[in-house]
Amino acid sequence: MNEHHHIVSYSKLIAIWLILLALTALTVAITRVNLGGYKVLGALVIACVKSGLVIAVFMHMKYEGRLLRWLLFLALVTLAVFIGLTFFDVLYR
Amino acid sequence: MASNAPVHHATGSSFWNDTGKTGITSWIFSTDHKRIGFLYFYSTFGFFLVGVLLGLLLRIELMAPGRTIMGPQTYNALFTVHGVVMIFLFIIPGIPGAFGNLVMPIQIGARDVAFPRLNLLSWWLYIIGAVIVLTSLFSGGGAPDTGWTFYVPFSSRTGTNVSLAVFGVFIVGFSSILTGVNFVTTIHRLRTEGMSWGRIPLFTWSLYATAWVQILATPILAITLVLVMAERIIGAGLFDPTRGGDPVMYQHLFWIYSHPAVYIMILPAMGIISDIIPVFSRKPIFGYKMIAFSSVAIAAAGSLVWGHHMFTSGMSDTAVMVFSFLTFVVAIPSAIKVFNWVSTLYKGSISLEAPMLFALSFILLFSIGGLSGLILGAAATDIHVHDTHFVVGHFHYVMFGGTAFAFFAAMHYWLPKFYGRRYAEKPAVVAWALMFSGFNILYFTMQVLGMQGMPRRYYDYLPEFANLNLVATIGSWILAAGLVIMLVNLFRGLWWGVPFEGNPWGGASLEWSVPTPPPTENFIEEPVVTHGPYDFNGVER
Amino acid sequence: MTGHLHKDDFGAKLGMWLFLFTELLLFGGLFLLYAVYLKRYPHEFAAGGTQLNWIMGTANTAILLTSSLSAAMAVTAVQRGELKRTVALLGGTVLCAACFMVIKYFEWSAKIGHGIYPGSEHLKAGAPGESVFFSLYYISTGIHGLHVMIGAALLTWIGVKVRSGEVNADNYILLENGALYWHLVDLIWIFIFPLYYLVL
Repeated sequence: MNEHHHIVSYSKLIAIWLILLALTALTVAITRVNLGGYKVLGALVIACVKSGLVIAVFMHMKYEGRLLRWLLFLALVTLAVFIGLTFFDVLYR
Repeated sequence: MASNAPVHHATGSSFWNDTGKTGITSWIFSTDHKRIGFLYFYSTFGFFLVGVLLGLLLRIELMAPGRTIMGPQTYNALFTVHGVVMIFLFIIPGIPGAFGNLVMPIQIGARDVAFPRLNLLSWWLYIIGAVIVLTSLFSGGGAPDTGWTFYVPFSSRTGTNVSLAVFGVFIVGFSSILTGVNFVTTIHRLRTEGMSWGRIPLFTWSLYATAWVQILATPILAITLVLVMAERIIGAGLFDPTRGGDPVMYQHLFWIYSHPAVYIMILPAMGIISDIIPVFSRKPIFGYKMIAFSSVAIAAAGSLVWGHHMFTSGMSDTAVMVFSFLTFVVAIPSAIKVFNWVSTLYKGSISLEAPMLFALSFILLFSIGGLSGLILGAAATDIHVHDTHFVVGHFHYVMFGGTAFAFFAAMHYWLPKFYGRRYAEKPAVVAWALMFSGFNILYFTMQVLGMQGMPRRYYDYLPEFANLNLVATIGSWILAAGLVIMLVNLFRGLWWGVPFEGNPWGGASLEWSVPTPPPTENFIEEPVVTHGPYDFNGVER
Repeated sequence: MTGHLHKDDFGAKLGMWLFLFTELLLFGGLFLLYAVYLKRYPHEFAAGGTQLNWIMGTANTAILLTSSLSAAMAVTAVQRGELKRTVALLGGTVLCAACFMVIKYFEWSAKIGHGIYPGSEHLKAGAPGESVFFSLYYISTGIHGLHVMIGAALLTWIGVKVRSGEVNADNYILLENGALYWHLVDLIWIFIFPLYYLVL
């Protein structure tokens, strides 16, 4: 079975962890300075980068086939559509 | 169940007895997809009959103006329970749970589903949820009276037992999610050699699309129900306008699930029809790829249209237009299916046996339901008939005339295969004729009443609606009479009737190639598929 | 009975991912509500955010990221056949989960001590948007906390199976799936953290 599985080295995992901690610090930093409405946007962009790293490396998505990636994409698009279409009501009420 | 020994043919054994285990525990703890299918079949169908009884009571109350047999509070509770039982305990789990489990693994050449124990857990969660829902009727403040939609602010304030009912539905939703996960994995992983995506029977295709809706939409229902409980128990106030909440957001969340749920209910039914029509027309299905594609398209587009339930809720006009437009888009893949079924019939060698009669009436009733849905999907006309009996008639055409008639078609088509005995044809046809006419008398009249302005969810009405209401109630009795005849005939046949041998319908998909009734792991040897599911060349009836 | 069904690790993983999608959509409903109410009450949300303890939030973020690292390393360890290390790493994850819950407990009790909880008089008297913010905060972190506890229990159970040798270098899909679940819990927190603690 092992031949099908990509083993992620400890050093790579630790490197990703350090990046994640650094990004967390960055999020805290940018929300402490005055950026107005861009704060939420910036914090969300960083959160997306962080979750991308977790999914790709910690959750091994980087080493999976196309099927799982497409399905994950489908789930995320569905959530985005649910939120997006609701805003046709919220923004124009 | 097992004691009503089904016939055993040449091999002498089948899943009814070949594990050597009998008795109730061999059923309720079985991981065999066929046994679980029967657990689902009998439990969901039992709840269907409960729902029918409640519906008949509602119709008797509406037979004449004023109080007939019950007061307003009882009426409110009864239509709520009728809706909750029918939607959450019958229509949503019904076809995937019963016929999906019975037939789908065999159709793709698998010995079982991908996660047999999870499958059993799904059924148990369903039963536990159902018991909780039933408990809510007889405990606390009494049966919920909110309607099956549990709309706030009423549901967060009423003294009836909403919290428990909602918790029961939450558990049933979990069961639905697990079935979805199981089916998608099964269809991806357990197809036998040669069962390419282009050879999957259309019933299984429809289950695949349905399973995706179950996976992606049901969690939204779950969180919505949790929020209703939070409103009631900890006073969260998320939907309470006096504390900054917005009741319309409840409607958004509820319908984000519950509109796609309509497709959980109808897609598998369409799959059944797509499997039955070609068999009884002795013709390959017309437009296989388009039907398979349209199942997926309906599932996708159906997830974008929930706002059409909210045209009068105070939602923004922009949203009304967007959702109204998108609603019309869903009509396209639905129409694709109807045209393909009709084209399959064209120049076919049609044999009008019971499953086919139910399937043909599905096409008609679903079309009426679908077209009346467009009247509701267009914002301008919807405002006129919103919350009237037109809506009630509309969704009964789709849910009862569509899904339940397909369920009956499947009962006549597949159950003989699993029992190895068959029902008598003539009473089945009589029952069908009664049900079909009673159905139309009941629900077409309702649509007319709605057009005339009779609102839904009231135990009383203005005197000018009296005549048509009487007609509708009589229609409900004709429908019920047909249902009784159908059940007596069907189950007498399945339990004690003449043997059902070989492949009497002449089906070409894999379930017709296994012994009757099928053995526990379905196939004596691993099947290799070399032709499509509707390639009738060389299939003997 | 299903003995001669061949074992399908990829199928099990596919099933797990599908289940994770449902979790994602479950929290998605809460994020949807958050987005709508943030749009409506930006100032009240900012005021609510300043009342949360961002230091504790940041600490919990670091703890969860560390727990996720530990879970991911446990998968690597089991693949390499280092079973003792696998158990230790899983123990690390569960320990982090416990720390997370303890900090969460202190946070919640401090807030409740100040009269800030759903339906409290303090919130009823304040601005409407603030009550919405805190209700969402309690429900989101509450359901997330429940997932932390379920995940910790799951990983403990898997750890026991690693010790007994049932989960090993040739058969570790259970651990892989358990770790996937744990990472999802982390993923949700990655979004909860800035949206609630840092929306100033």
